[in-house]
Amino acid sequence: MNNQQKDHILNFLEKGIRFDGRKLDEYRKIKVEKGFSENAEGSARVTIGDTIVLAGVKLSVEEPYSDTPDEGTMMINAELMPLSSSDFEPGPPAIQAIELARVVDRGIRESGAIDRKKLCIKKEEKVWSVIVDICTVNDDGNLFDASALAVVAALQDTKMPSYNGKVVDYKKKTKEALPLNLKKIPISCTVSKIKNYFIVDPTPEEEEKVEARLTVEVEEDGTLCALQKGGDKPLTAEDIDKMVGIGIEKSKELRKFL
Amino acid sequence: MSYTKRNDGRKFDETRPIEAKAGVIKRADGSAYFKIGKTAAYAAVYGPREIHPKFLQNPKNGKLRCFYNMMPFSSMGDRVRPGANRRAKEIAMVTEKALLPVVDLTEFPNSVVDVFIELPQTDAGTRCAGICAASMALADAGIPMRGMVAAVSMGRVDDKLVVDLDYSEESYEKGTVADIPIAIVSGTGEVSLLQMDGELSRDELKQAIETVKKACSKIDKIQRDALKKKYEVKNE
Repeated sequence: MNNQQKDHILNFLEKGIRFDGRKLDEYRKIKVEKGFSENAEGSARVTIGDTIVLAGVKLSVEEPYSDTPDEGTMMINAELMPLSSSDFEPGPPAIQAIELARVVDRGIRESGAIDRKKLCIKKEEKVWSVIVDICTVNDDGNLFDASALAVVAALQDTKMPSYNGKVVDYKKKTKEALPLNLKKIPISCTVSKIKNYFIVDPTPEEEEKVEARLTVEVEEDGTLCALQKGGDKPLTAEDIDKMVGIGIEKSKELRKFL
Repeated sequence: MSYTKRNDGRKFDETRPIEAKAGVIKRADGSAYFKIGKTAAYAAVYGPREIHPKFLQNPKNGKLRCFYNMMPFSSMGDRVRPGANRRAKEIAMVTEKALLPVVDLTEFPNSVVDVFIELPQTDAGTRCAGICAASMALADAGIPMRGMVAAVSMGRVDDKLVVDLDYSEESYEKGTVADIPIAIVSGTGEVSLLQMDGELSRDELKQAIETVKKACSKIDKIQRDALKKKYEVKNE
């Protein structure tokens, strides 16, 4: 991005709009399509503007962790694929991918959106393991919110495969859904700060100018279930309160797409 | 017992339904989506761009570099562990060789054109679907090309030669199976990818290549139509 583009973004913000014509707190067009894959136990494709993210759920029967012998396990992994941006390179997950996966993971885990006790098959022996993989197809900004939305939609789309006590028959999906606490399902809204302006859903051009960001994950009743501050600059307590307010407000809009 | 009727009712020389689209990934210099039956492939092209590390630079020619990856949730049953395994690396290499005959990078010395192939869902025939998508993505990126490449797998299921095996045919249990992925260069009809596992007679191979040529000329048309569609001028 050249300096003129940077000035352009700032000049517009001063006038109260974004360089692409949006309001400061306006998301681009959002689309959530569930079930693009027949091989995954659950899947979803989310587009926000030109950003495309896929999420897929795989289930398997494993031994529980010794500290939670009667709970299923879950893991969320993110692949920032080199296909989706010239900034991403092939190889093991870089720190951006790790952060993304861990923030989405925290939202799902801490909210209790997945009823992990119900994923227990036999205490101390067998539980369902839920792995959700996030794959970015096109990075046009705001991968955090798109990924979190895709993961939640894929979990909602998930059907348990048939299990006879010994082997999982993946070809036979039952009608049984994954045990979810629907009211607890978190929505992620990332609020970014440029100078004294707060924006949501930044494009890559805007992301380059972002001084600080706050990812706010919100349950249906407005309870916060995960936070992550990013960016190089600090935030004041007033900033944080404002950003959380925007996050809670916007999460209501995003929730409608599920 | 011979294989008299295909599991999904197709004719022996019929591919699964194909869906092709160019320019699906805005951030890339060129991109495409190619779906054949339940096997889907995205391809994105980045470049020509500078190649690192520097010792890979070739002052006479640009380099074509391909990557192949199955998304972790793409297959039935077990999750595919992320990261390149031996299979993915070999497929990436043969994909590169399949595309190389049509790509002319002499104008871009010291640089690289990267092709990333990603499979969100698989049901056999992934390398061929990847090659079809990659060929379209290279054209979409405006890379100088002498032609296009289309690919489809041929198979022998029991005593029958069939086009475009799906997974149920690849794992046919009542008889033996040979799987022969083949890529054809448009125009010349040359073969730029040929692999086989299974057993096959010399005559069967000859016949397989002839049949694939016909199937690939249909695929070639679908690829070209998808590219034209992206660039067509809409009259309003």
